[in-house]
Amino acid sequence: MADLRANLAGITSPNPFWLASAPPTNSGYQIMKAFDAGWGGAVWKTMGVPVVNVSSRYGAVNYRDTKMMGFNNIELITDRPLSDNLREIEEVKKYFPDHAVIASLMVQTREEWHQIIKDVENAGADGIELNFGCPHGMCERGMGSAVGQEPNVLQTITTWAKEVAKVPVIVKLTPNITDITEPARAAAAGGADAISLINTVQSIVNVDLDTFAPNPSVDGKSTHGGYCGPAVKPIALNMIKSCAQDRDVNIPISGIGGIETWRDATEHMLLGASNVQVCTAAMHYGFGIVREMKAGLEDYMDSKGFEKLDDLIGKSVPKVEPWEHLNLNYKIIAEIDSSKCIGCQLCYIACEDGAHQAIELSEVDGERTPHIIEENCVGCNLCSLVCPVEECITMVDVTKNKTHESWSDYINNGKAPTTFDDDRAGGKHHWVPEPKDALKKRK
Amino acid sequence: MSDFKKPKTTAEYEANFPQLKPLMDANMAYYESSRCLFCYDAPCVKACPTSIDIPLFIKQIHTENLTGAAKTIYSANFFGHTCGKVCPTEVLCEGACVYNEQDVKPIEIGRLQSHATSDTIRKDKSIFKKADANGKSVAVVGAGPAGIACASELATLGYKVDIYEAKAQPSGLAIHGTAPYKITNQDVIDEVKYLQKQLGFKIIYNKNIDTRRELNTLESKYDAIFLGIGLGDTRSTGTPGEELENCIGATEFIEQLKLDPLSVTIGKKVVVIGGGNTAMDAASESARLGADVTLIYRRSKESKGAYEFEYDLAKSVGVKALFSTNVTEIIGDQKVVQLKCVKTQSTDGKLKNIDGSEFTIECDFLIRATGQVKQKDFLDLAGLEYDKRGKVKVDSDSGQCSNPQYFAGGDAVNGGAEVVNACAEGKSAAQGIHSYLLGKQS
Ligand SMILES: Cc1cc2nc3c(=O)[nH]c(=O)nc-3n(C[C@H](O)[C@H](O)[C@H](O)COP(=O)(O)OP(=O)(O)OC[C@H]3O[C@@H](n4cnc5c(N)ncnc54)[C@H](O)[C@@H]3O)c2cc1C
Ligand SMILES: Cc1cc2nc3c(=O)[nH]c(=O)nc-3n(C[C@H](O)[C@H](O)[C@H](O)COP(=O)(O)O)c2cc1C
Ligand code: SF4
Ligand code: SF4
Ligand code: SF4
Repeated sequence: MADLRANLAGITSPNPFWLASAPPTNSGYQIMKAFDAGWGGAVWKTMGVPVVNVSSRYGAVNYRDTKMMGFNNIELITDRPLSDNLREIEEVKKYFPDHAVIASLMVQTREEWHQIIKDVENAGADGIELNFGCPHGMCERGMGSAVGQEPNVLQTITTWAKEVAKVPVIVKLTPNITDITEPARAAAAGGADAISLINTVQSIVNVDLDTFAPNPSVDGKSTHGGYCGPAVKPIALNMIKSCAQDRDVNIPISGIGGIETWRDATEHMLLGASNVQVCTAAMHYGFGIVREMKAGLEDYMDSKGFEKLDDLIGKSVPKVEPWEHLNLNYKIIAEIDSSKCIGCQLCYIACEDGAHQAIELSEVDGERTPHIIEENCVGCNLCSLVCPVEECITMVDVTKNKTHESWSDYINNGKAPTTFDDDRAGGKHHWVPEPKDALKKRK
Repeated sequence: MSDFKKPKTTAEYEANFPQLKPLMDANMAYYESSRCLFCYDAPCVKACPTSIDIPLFIKQIHTENLTGAAKTIYSANFFGHTCGKVCPTEVLCEGACVYNEQDVKPIEIGRLQSHATSDTIRKDKSIFKKADANGKSVAVVGAGPAGIACASELATLGYKVDIYEAKAQPSGLAIHGTAPYKITNQDVIDEVKYLQKQLGFKIIYNKNIDTRRELNTLESKYDAIFLGIGLGDTRSTGTPGEELENCIGATEFIEQLKLDPLSVTIGKKVVVIGGGNTAMDAASESARLGADVTLIYRRSKESKGAYEFEYDLAKSVGVKALFSTNVTEIIGDQKVVQLKCVKTQSTDGKLKNIDGSEFTIECDFLIRATGQVKQKDFLDLAGLEYDKRGKVKVDSDSGQCSNPQYFAGGDAVNGGAEVVNACAEGKSAAQGIHSYLLGKQS
């Protein structure tokens, strides 16, 4: 059986599934309940200066029949007294000594940072997370993402924290920045033991078409919030990959953003995260979802023969390359399995209107399975993505030239094209209908 | 035995005839509409006789644009609401939905359709555009689905339209025929009122057109005449004893039920003769009125005309069936008491009674669902050609009859189909009339 024990910069936990600093980690009660349900660690809801919250605080993006595929909040850090939190940290650690309890912190001055770090260490925190990510409310006061967006300031504050911290220091990064590796490097340079990412993405989720106020609405007005939930996973994965590949970052990563299932968590880890943190999924379904995550990861590891998490962490990092290294000789085209096709013709109209006019309808009456026009197919994949039937459209390898040749090779060998005669779209074998043919087509 | 007791109050009646396709609430409609794939050249649309743009209206429902959805529906079919409830969707749109290919439940198109239309009807939303009056007028004979669809389309084109209807209520068999568990009379009437209020065609009730003099008046007063006269009474099969009391034609029985459900006459041991959808309806309805019902059809189960789901529905309320059985005589003094039957056999398509297989069955109420006669008398009066089965001969595109001033559509032309076919034919005949009159002008 796979060993799920996780280790992030020396912070150990029975499994890699932590709750991210957010409403689910607001109190000792919730965290005890979560540990009891199977979570391996929890990052306490950010503690720091006193705040006042508004109502309402949340908005959601629903897609078709899926509620909350994206989630947005305008909430601040904890509004519970520090002394209560400290007492509860102590109590949780007493019951769950082997679970990871991380104190998320956000204060302003060097003295405040020193003081609060000592307080939470005394209470028994296994690690500290510096919240440089909150994209609203706190940044206006010079904290949260105001720090995360200024690598120099971030580095300085990290140094302050490291001056006193005895437990590992994690720096939580905001994605609201052009190049994530800049703050990540600054964190490493400041002596951080690990980074965690991503915090929420600045957003407005929707606008009420009757009141004209975006959601969430506070007395008829709104403000930008932080976006999270399944919708942000792709942004998180890319940023985690960038940090994992950067030699100057080179510290462990705690992956956050859009994790709801074992698959999401595994993807984060394959791209370099040593463990993962979850917020929206726990807010949506409660703590019980961790059972699915643990069981899924365990079964996956067993099926792949991975004994410990280190066998899989970062396995996909070398699989991501800059575009100019990709093999230009590799060629795939679409193939339709007519026995699976249900005849919705979504592939036809997608390729026809949105791609390369490489799919034609059958001439046979009543036969609804379309056909691929092989010489026109550029292997873009769109048809197989829109097809509602699993494994009905597959992409088959038709590579003729088996050598690997990339754009860099072209440049290095002086082969950069001077004419448009590539085999693919717009090239030699590809026909593009005449503009006026558009008006002849059947409706 | 039947599980039902004869209803004595409206509440009991409604409990025995619950709606098969009740309205969806907003939540159900939201989730159901989310499943539609928005197919290209969608097979559901092709299967709809009125070609409603189904994926479009479903998407409009999903984005909470119910008025837009209703406009999409009504622009193709004036009986959008009724059709959503009474169409045999299993063999039309829903039967063609691509989900069937995956053995996944097809989209509930009919219910989604009524969801949108019920909203606009309830809110009395104005959705039709009418052209300016063009000074021309058309008479429509018969306020069934065909007649009303034709009148509605003509009204949008600027015509003045008067509908002459023999009965006291609009919508023909949509009210007098369709089973009470498919739609309520009120629902049908509300839709006609909704159309009439916006489109302004006139209906003259209790006006049976049955003399040459009346036809002459119509011919001289109106630029064109549309016939949506449907079919006639239940056809006689010449079986001895048909004239006995408690022996009734199915359409006549159903009409009584629909108009006055609490005082309709029914027996304890009911036999329904026939194998079509009307037979299934009459059998189901009798069972729901508390009778013990046996269906008798002279051919085999496989060759019955009724849709499988209609047969299943009848079985589900306790109807028993005897196939390959002929009723040779109806026995009784004044009232029916017994039926003489014989088993049949089909060889090379020819049906033969099997000698020695005679038997009798108890029966105190006989319903004959043996088809409706065609309106040949009327057609002779109007001097219009019809085929040997009595169906009015028309040009299939324009609906124009042998006398160019006349157009026709619906059951009278197709020999008896569904409400949705009558709507499609009425509407396209209106376009036929429009082109014909435009042509005459120039
Ligand atoms: C028992 C039964 C159940 C049915 N169930 C369904 C169902 O569930 N779903 C479905 O889609 N279809 C059903 N149908 C079929 C559907 O009702 C018809 O196909 C449809 O109503 C035909 O419309 P129409 O306008 O052609 O004729 P009709 O509906 O028959 O309307 C003709 C109208 O013309 C009037 N009329 C006739 N002659 C004259 C005259 N000379 N002067 C003045 N008025 C005249 C009649 O009174 C009548 O109102 C059912 C039919 C029957 C008999
Ligand atoms: C309501 C809410 C409050 C949050 N508060 C904090 C916070 O106090 N400190 C912090 O570091 N992150 C906070 N976050 C961000 C989450 O920890 C996490 O980074 C983000 O939601 C992305 O993860 P997810 O997609 O799994 O939810 C909050 C998120 C939400 C939804
Ligand atoms: S998208 Fe898939 S199911 Fe639909 S027509 Fe194309 S191949 Fe068939
Ligand atoms: S892979 Fe792209 S180009 Fe080829 S058939 Fe599919 S959509 Fe068209
Ligand atoms: S066939 Fe089914 S899934 Fe496709 S458009 Fe029609 S209702 Fe939607």
